[in-house]
Amino acid sequence: MNVEPLLKVENLVKHFHVRLGAFGERTATVHALDDVSLDIQQGETLSLVGESGCGKSTTGFTILNLHRASGGRVIYKGQDLTLLDDKRMRPFRRDLQIVFQDPYSTLNPRMTVGEAIGEPMLFHKLAAKTELDDKIATLLQDVGLPSRFASRYPHELSGGQRQRVVIARALACQPKFIVCDEAISALDVSIQAQIINLLLDLQEKYGLTYLFIAHDLAVVRHISTRVGVMYLGRLAELAPRDALFETPLHPYTKALLSAVPEADPLRERNRKRQILEGDVPSPLDPPSGCRFHTRCPIAADVCTKIVPEWKAARPGHLVACHAVNPSSA
Amino acid sequence: MTAQDTKERLLDVKGLTVEIDGRRGPAVVVDGIDLHVTKGETLGVVGESGCGKSLTMLSLMRLLPNKIKVTSGSADFDGQDLQKMSARALRKVRGGEIGFVFQDPMTSLNPVMRVGDQICEPLLYHRGMSRQDARKRAVELLRLVGIPGPEERLNAYPHELSGGMRQRVMIAIGLACDPKLLIADEPTTALDVTIQAQIVDLVKQLRSKLGMSVVWITHDLALIAGLADRVVVLYAGTVVEDAPVDALFANPSHPYTRGLLASIPTLSDAPAARLSSIGGTPPEPGRRPPGCPFAPRCPLAMDICRRDVPKLEPISSEGSHRAACFAVQKALKAA
Repeated sequence: MNVEPLLKVENLVKHFHVRLGAFGERTATVHALDDVSLDIQQGETLSLVGESGCGKSTTGFTILNLHRASGGRVIYKGQDLTLLDDKRMRPFRRDLQIVFQDPYSTLNPRMTVGEAIGEPMLFHKLAAKTELDDKIATLLQDVGLPSRFASRYPHELSGGQRQRVVIARALACQPKFIVCDEAISALDVSIQAQIINLLLDLQEKYGLTYLFIAHDLAVVRHISTRVGVMYLGRLAELAPRDALFETPLHPYTKALLSAVPEADPLRERNRKRQILEGDVPSPLDPPSGCRFHTRCPIAADVCTKIVPEWKAARPGHLVACHAVNPSSA
Repeated sequence: MTAQDTKERLLDVKGLTVEIDGRRGPAVVVDGIDLHVTKGETLGVVGESGCGKSLTMLSLMRLLPNKIKVTSGSADFDGQDLQKMSARALRKVRGGEIGFVFQDPMTSLNPVMRVGDQICEPLLYHRGMSRQDARKRAVELLRLVGIPGPEERLNAYPHELSGGMRQRVMIAIGLACDPKLLIADEPTTALDVTIQAQIVDLVKQLRSKLGMSVVWITHDLALIAGLADRVVVLYAGTVVEDAPVDALFANPSHPYTRGLLASIPTLSDAPAARLSSIGGTPPEPGRRPPGCPFAPRCPLAMDICRRDVPKLEPISSEGSHRAACFAVQKALKAA
């Protein structure tokens, strides 16, 4: 790809230090994110998938400098965001927004919908007080809510409506890039489809770029341009959507796809499912070498010792696995 | 329906109605539900949050919290009415003949009790086993649900186990007394897909091994496709469709079921530009519209739908596929 990416993530590392034991007498390091590199292209939807604790949300948070990186760089508009303190980060916050999973806890229960959406515009001086109401009305319209909702409180709204408000708030400062952190996971199926459609409409209208963090692979397939699969703090595979779903290379990706149930009883009955044994190991003490080797059906000796290189098996299809050979793939 | 059908029914719920005593007066949350489970069958109960799927199952066992009560209906289990049974007799059924697995193992397991003791509890109470025998059985159960090193795990506290392990412990407790019926309320919702696949696989194996019936409550239609023999779709406290699993997915009838199925993206479909979605939101309990509860969101709604409540009626010749919809019934008559 010769187009300059919107955002470049290089060897990002995030370790959390935790205290253990009844009196916090022992310390340990959670390897939440290790050596993650990816480019995010203008206008695309890059999805990150993986099981809980794989570091997909941490990636989103660290990119936005909501968690301080322990290492690596995040380049946006020629600036390494990881070097910025809160104050110098502020002008960038306008461009880089986030929508969280739980629309119940991310809205202030004492602020009306209008106040919640208006606040970022006032903060970033994007609207004069006099035109604020009009702008709020336009934003509400954008997310498919009537403008009279501006005077309502979050508790008066349903989950889907609240998530629309959260999206409107993220849109308020005309961002370029939105991290959707499990933005639809808490919603019911029939509402989920509405919000997915809304996100797609807004992307078209405003040329938004999404980092879509989710665990629902069917949804991810539906909306993504490219998909990254994470396991225990590392990227296992990153590829254009169709390549990832049709010709996955990493054994973990294959197992993950095979575990997803399909809404078709006949197919389900005849499906040969590859069931992974055991649980994801603790990120406090991740396995040596390839972190997946403890559960991998094709693990060899080398996998227990050497961390597999993050390399392109095919153009644009990156994978970290000793068993994948670029020539044979 | 022949007498034979009724005879095979392990659980037969008729006209179950549950109300909440709210501030604005009583609100109906489960509205005259009919459902049954035959012996050895897996029934999927599907619906969105607030449709009453969990309350229905809790009310069967009379485990409802204060202010929520069953106002009418019966629930026959193996020839006895659970609603009329004495509290003492019911205790023998709960955890004995009917096993439960709840959604959240973290809040359903006792955090200050070793998992071994929690598995032994139903064995001591229902089976009158000695401590020693109960412990042996607990080891067997943990092995059955695929927990490695079961002898050591007996002494673990819930917080020492992962989410998947805890859910396995819950299943072990549910299965402890060889129940005739296992009621699983969203048992995999809090788990990752690879762990979910393990649990689903486990329940399928155990079902064929032990010959028990299963009621699996979920909001995930895709999950139910590979698991259930028959599916009941709930909407706003009513059964809108009841069908064998193949018929439901091949030929969904109720507009709500059709809407639900159309709104889930699938892995095998070619990605489409936009998902079809059901407009609006489900009604809150106590604010249900008159007539069919789905009418305000229904693309096929007619005048009668806003006035009368449709009954669950057969739409297939042999009568196993039933739907509660005036539009479907009208189309059927016209055909």
